[in-house]
Amino acid sequence: MSTPYPRDGGVPILRLGDVLVTGLLNELDDKSAVAFTDELTERIVADSARGVLIDISRLELIDSFVARTLMELTTMARLLGARVIVAGMRPAVAITLVELGLRLTGVETALNAEAGLVALGWQRMPQPSGEAPRVSLR
Amino acid sequence: MSLYDEQLTRGAGARGSEAPGASTYEVVTEEDLLTIRHAVRSATVEAGFGLVDQTRIVTAASELARNAYIHGGGGSLTVELVRDGARTGLRLTMRDEGPGIPDLEAALTDGYTTGAGLGHGLGGARRLMHEFAVDSDAGEGTTVVATRWNGR
Amino acid sequence: MSTSETTVRERLLDALREREQEIADRWVRLQLEQSNPGGDLGEHELREEADLLIAALGAGLASDVPVQRLVASQHELRRTVIELSLRRARAGATPTATSLAVLSLKEALLEAVQHTTRDASELFRAAVLVNRLLDAAGALSFETYVEGREEIIQRQSRQLMELSTPVVRLWHDVLAVPLIGTLDTARTQVVMENLLQAIQDNEAKVAIIDITGVPAVDTAVAQHLMHTVNAVRLMGADCVISGIRPPIAQTIAQLGIDLSTILTRSTLADALAAAVRLTDQSSAPTPYAPAGP
Repeated sequence: MSTPYPRDGGVPILRLGDVLVTGLLNELDDKSAVAFTDELTERIVADSARGVLIDISRLELIDSFVARTLMELTTMARLLGARVIVAGMRPAVAITLVELGLRLTGVETALNAEAGLVALGWQRMPQPSGEAPRVSLR
Repeated sequence: MSLYDEQLTRGAGARGSEAPGASTYEVVTEEDLLTIRHAVRSATVEAGFGLVDQTRIVTAASELARNAYIHGGGGSLTVELVRDGARTGLRLTMRDEGPGIPDLEAALTDGYTTGAGLGHGLGGARRLMHEFAVDSDAGEGTTVVATRWNGR
Repeated sequence: MSTSETTVRERLLDALREREQEIADRWVRLQLEQSNPGGDLGEHELREEADLLIAALGAGLASDVPVQRLVASQHELRRTVIELSLRRARAGATPTATSLAVLSLKEALLEAVQHTTRDASELFRAAVLVNRLLDAAGALSFETYVEGREEIIQRQSRQLMELSTPVVRLWHDVLAVPLIGTLDTARTQVVMENLLQAIQDNEAKVAIIDITGVPAVDTAVAQHLMHTVNAVRLMGADCVISGIRPPIAQTIAQLGIDLSTILTRSTLADALAAAVRLTDQSSAPTPYAPAGP
């Protein structure tokens, strides 16, 4: 592969304070998985990110390759000083992963992007005065 | 769980004579893996599987195809609708003419890997399907036949 | 196919073609003499059916498929018999009545053959042929009925399974699924699917699986429970198992099953308390610590 990124068709990586927010689309082929890892790790360093939220609510399939990508990504990010949270795994995907025998060891999960952001401490960011916190304690 | 014997037609001669409702896809490039996932997904929808079963079967197909792509130097996947009395099911037959699997038991054990996966490929695919048979000899290629039944 | 069979087949085919109307009429009359042959089907419908089946038999006999395999492998004939059986099953006919109705076509057919020949040995061979042909049709009709029943049974057992595993909301962000009865693979899968879907729909943080009503826990059941807990965690929620009665705790310990990574409580009330504490923790800003694998 000549240039690993910008990835075509991927979800952009946004920065919210010291947290990077991105996602994976319905399918992750091998090339984009590699490109995704490359881009994300470089951004962690460039933006001095302390947290990474990956929204996978659109992801329809996690096979052992994708699982491995997520696990490696988590390890790399940790080495670079950032904590990764994978949010919004679909029920069907979770069941299949478990039956496949995969546990995503070391990967933290959250119900949805919002819960993931709360876990990454996003709630503690300064709130605009006079406005109630956006993240409720439901 | 034992590997039950099933009469498998092997080698190049097996292609060509296809049952109606079966389609065969080649696995030669990485892009083919994507094509296969799409094809298997629509076959599961057509066979009337629920969302979770769809995901199980597509994931198993993905593991089998990747296995053949990495270890078998490519191969072909046949997807067919099968019937047994009132049950319907989907059968995946993955053939490759690669080096074969020298130690089948080990290959089906979790964590066994010689490639870029997690070592859950074959064993994992077996857990996702109801019936699973592997036929492999060193130097002779590998054939995996896996079936999942609907509404069990 | 032997030459004598060919002759008899031709003879039968001639009779069938020449006396089509007569055979159909006779068959309908024979059926009406039986009690409730086609369920709610009237004479008109029986007649339509008769025409279809006789046409299909004719087409089958004209082919070169051996008579033993005719019903099984001749597509149109097979389909006609199956449709006839299904229609009657739906109309409330018993499988016996339907098979008998198919078999009574023998009589109508042989009477027609009798008009074309008086030769005893030829008649005998024709009778054998008709018997083979229609016995196969009768068997297929019965099989179709049984298969149809089987499908209904499967559907019902699945519905029953779904009914028996309700997911209820106990508290803010806390769901519970009370399990009652034996857990097998199929049932656990339904439980797991329902629970996970409910977690997603309710954005629940904790799920309680209550096994008070489960009579026994063996290695397989324990493994099913572990799978469910792991899937719940992958979704970003947590799981508490409650209702572990002393004998079950003993079995689990004796079997050497490791449930140590799972939060367990003896009663549903304790589990709810634990669950509420967990939700309080996880909605606090930090630390968010989903239980490790």
